[in-house]
Amino acid sequence: MSTDQPDHRLAIIGGGVMGTNIATLATGFGIPVTLIEVSDDILTATRATIKQKLRHAQLMAALPPGTTPGKLVTSTSLADIADASTVIEAVTEVAETKQQVLAEASAITRQGTTLISNTSCIPIDEMAGWVKRPDELVGVHFMNPSYLIKMVEVIRGPRTSDATMTSVTGLLAALGREALVISDSAGFVINRLLHPLINTAAMLVQEGVASAQVVDGLLEGCLGHSTGPLRTGDLIGLENLVDSLNVLYERRGDESCRPCDLLLEKVREGNLGRKTGRGFYDYGKAAS
Amino acid sequence: MTSEQTMAPVTAQAIQEALLSFLDERIKSSVAVDQDLFKSGLVSSMFAMQLVVYLEERYDIAVIGPDLTLDNFRTVQAMTGLVLRLREAAPAENA
Repeated sequence: MSTDQPDHRLAIIGGGVMGTNIATLATGFGIPVTLIEVSDDILTATRATIKQKLRHAQLMAALPPGTTPGKLVTSTSLADIADASTVIEAVTEVAETKQQVLAEASAITRQGTTLISNTSCIPIDEMAGWVKRPDELVGVHFMNPSYLIKMVEVIRGPRTSDATMTSVTGLLAALGREALVISDSAGFVINRLLHPLINTAAMLVQEGVASAQVVDGLLEGCLGHSTGPLRTGDLIGLENLVDSLNVLYERRGDESCRPCDLLLEKVREGNLGRKTGRGFYDYGKAAS
Repeated sequence: MTSEQTMAPVTAQAIQEALLSFLDERIKSSVAVDQDLFKSGLVSSMFAMQLVVYLEERYDIAVIGPDLTLDNFRTVQAMTGLVLRLREAAPAENA
């Protein structure tokens, strides 16, 4: 089905966990991708990660069989996104960084280019104030790993146009994803629920109430979670989690979103989760 | 690759023992050689790829094309068979 979508040209800004996830998904579905990062060294690692994630997707039979992979172009020049039909911003969850990237991206692209933020928590309408054409901005919260989890959370900002919603729906269909659309709110639905849960789970470990294995084991065994909150935190990346919790805390004042000491300590020590090989769990070595 | 590997012959028994030890260490659970690791919920989709990488690095093989399918990684037996077959198919490339 994706091979019938020759007009999608995706640009992804940011080659971290989510940028490489989305690039894997798109190229695996036959859609060409231009991925932007800040240095050639990072791009080398990014290409290797995408290659490995494509293998993971193949292993799990998550890609449409017989599809010719979309071409992957990597660049350090943001100007190379100019010809994209859709731009996806997947940079760090820090407002200043997102503001700079989104403002530049909307200035470089022409009218009619759908601008997607893969934001975790920053409200879409706050970001709409940073771009030239607020009606073309929409939030799409891809899950991790994006190529294995079909459902995505789509956030329609108050200024997002019908045309943009039509465009993003078409793209997500071409990517084989299912979308549920919600209204704007800091943290949206998933992270407003999930992030305080992970933070509280970490607090329970910090207080010595239970080990990470026991906290996750209870959520999995009693509540049917497929992955416990702390294993999920390790998958998200604990530094990303802390950034997102800070965004939520600053905007909502919810104490359960103030990153707990144990989370901050792990980030300080560089134990960021799966990506570094250690977080709440030991993964032996860095895993993509 | 390591001195231990070059010294130890790569037999089905050696591969099985190494895999059982790896699984025991990583998923904290003893498994039977014919147990479906995925159906039993012991192994996640994320860990599946780590199994691929572990076998590739330890036995100097490349799991590619149609071999890169979950069925080859469902059980310790299946993984052992895959390793032996790939090592036999391309010993020169693995040198």
